[in-house]
Amino acid sequence: MENDSHFNRWNRRDLLKALGGIPLVGSVWFAGANLAGAAKREKQFLLETLNIKATPPPESGPMSGNPMRIGIIGFGIRGEQLCRALGFGSNSWLKEMQDALKENPKDTRLADFKAQENLNVKLAAICDVFDVRADNFLASFSRDGNKIKRFRTHTEMINSGEVDAVIIATPDHWHAPMAIEALNAGVHVYVEKPMTHNISETYALRDAVTNNPKAVFTVGHQHRQTQSFLTAQDVIRKNILGHVSLVQTNTNRNDDNGAWQYDIHDLASPKTIDWNLFLGNAPKADFNLEHFFRWRKWWAYGSGLSGDLLTHDYDRVNCVLNMGIPRSVTASGGIYTHRDGRNVPDVLQVNMEFPDFSTGGSQQKGKEQGMTFVYSATLGNQFDRGTVLMGHDGSMDLGNRISVYADPRSTKYAELIKEQRIETDVPIYQYDPAVSGTDAITSATAKYFANKGLLWTYRDGKRVDSTFLHLREWLSCIRNGGTPSCSIKEGFEEAISAHMAGLSYKLGRRIDWDTATQKIVSKPGEDLDAVLLGS
Amino acid sequence: MNTQNFSATQRFVMVLLRILIGWHFLYEGVIKAYNPSWTAKGYLLSASILKPFFAWLASDSLISTINMLNIAGLMAVGISLLMGIKVRWGCVAGILLLAFYYLAHPPFPSLPQGPSEGSYWVVNKNLIEIAALLVIFQFPLTAVFGLENLWMEKNKITAINE
Repeated sequence: MENDSHFNRWNRRDLLKALGGIPLVGSVWFAGANLAGAAKREKQFLLETLNIKATPPPESGPMSGNPMRIGIIGFGIRGEQLCRALGFGSNSWLKEMQDALKENPKDTRLADFKAQENLNVKLAAICDVFDVRADNFLASFSRDGNKIKRFRTHTEMINSGEVDAVIIATPDHWHAPMAIEALNAGVHVYVEKPMTHNISETYALRDAVTNNPKAVFTVGHQHRQTQSFLTAQDVIRKNILGHVSLVQTNTNRNDDNGAWQYDIHDLASPKTIDWNLFLGNAPKADFNLEHFFRWRKWWAYGSGLSGDLLTHDYDRVNCVLNMGIPRSVTASGGIYTHRDGRNVPDVLQVNMEFPDFSTGGSQQKGKEQGMTFVYSATLGNQFDRGTVLMGHDGSMDLGNRISVYADPRSTKYAELIKEQRIETDVPIYQYDPAVSGTDAITSATAKYFANKGLLWTYRDGKRVDSTFLHLREWLSCIRNGGTPSCSIKEGFEEAISAHMAGLSYKLGRRIDWDTATQKIVSKPGEDLDAVLLGS
Repeated sequence: MNTQNFSATQRFVMVLLRILIGWHFLYEGVIKAYNPSWTAKGYLLSASILKPFFAWLASDSLISTINMLNIAGLMAVGISLLMGIKVRWGCVAGILLLAFYYLAHPPFPSLPQGPSEGSYWVVNKNLIEIAALLVIFQFPLTAVFGLENLWMEKNKITAINE
């Protein structure tokens, strides 16, 4: 019984020495568990109050059946990207990616490309006015089992009976004429943005789509596949922001590529380029390499900031708010950074008014109505300003990520803010589909697009090219029926809004939309298309 | 361990140091254990040196084990130091954990520092805590304050304390 005697000799001081750690451990444990639990309950409370659904969009249908025969019109920068999204990487791109992988083993672009689902399509035909690009296409994709045909004109391709669908990635002035011809021949169309280059062809294209319901038509606004935008739609549906009175969008790019100073190919010459075909309905002009490769810098072929980049931001917001065509548009700007002979502005501010629009309010009825959409752009600075939807009760920062902040003067959240359950400088909701991954972004322009959710999105935590999903949706509608998320209604709204901005910039006055006649208001004798396309 | 020559004040500050470090470790462990969405992934993926190693730890197949080991390690070290059981083992484990944290984001010039509440050059708080654990390793003083008293012979305790 030696133990007994051992313990008998213990006094209070000894016990404190031996067991004093226990209350310390208990206190620290309790404090930690309590704090973590309280934080969790508060977070849970907020999430349940807001009830935002971050669900992915329904998957497009199966890709089974005969391979779809695709004709590519235009194999320039965007044409190559679209082919990759279809599963076809050109020889030169594959080599570039292999070299990049050697330089940086973390570069996942090649692996992502190879992991892409097979869309069961066959590249059947190519049309490009520049021989080097057409040859590159044939050398990369034409095989013994699948001889690809090069057609001189899109008309020959469309009427050859050898293509089921065409992808149009040409300069803007060719978008509508080609799309209309294809639709009238019953060929499915994927056309790049902006949908059209002038006002009259916007109506003509809408008619062509309506008159040919069997041909599936889509505009290349691939961000409609971005998961964060679908979550943003739910934020609006649940009226989390209250009445949105202002939407701020912008473009900030400060590099040559971002200012459309694309490379001029060494082998380009009147012998390798079909110049007259390039010109199409554009004003006659002598052969000009700058015009050919950097066509976005001239109204004759492109539409500058309003057509190339405003359209992205307009449609990004239109797919969340569905606000349609503005009642009026004012715009101003100039050529302030790149005075290199271009005639499209490189700084542009556009205000679009929607006096009847409301996302829903939280104050007395009738007090809140109307919204301005602002697009502010410069090609001489790349400070990231973010896309923000500003409501009476909250603001939403919208990109590949979403952050929602309560407004300090909100009506809806007044109680919660007073009780300090909501802090207005901390997001009340944040959605980041990339939270578990890291991305290799390679250039300033790529970063610009990625931040806007234009390059890729996420499905089940995996990074997916949003252009791939957009093409897949189009192909699924062709195979399985349905209407693409960016069809003629959305394309029409995008094109008219962009043209109104271009007109306002050129005329220096407010441009109105007549909702009754569905027409842009012009002064007597004024030819708006001539104004829009003139230099 | 020869601590007979320590004055009462010296013993007090040594035990205090042990309690404070134990407190810190335990709280860090508990906070993470009760937060189901906590993960070391971001910390590991943002490592500024030995990137492949830390990326491997952060990989999908390993990360949940790493998270669990980190939480268990933090809590075990905390309990060991606070309660005064197996303090030397606790010190070794604590030093290992801190060495990982230090190596993932060492405050070396030319390396990105990330967000931090102070300014550091080579020496940061992780390194100082490592040094403090080395001291504790030398002078665990479990006889002065610790559960190990329970299975120590009373005579010996008395001898050491007096």
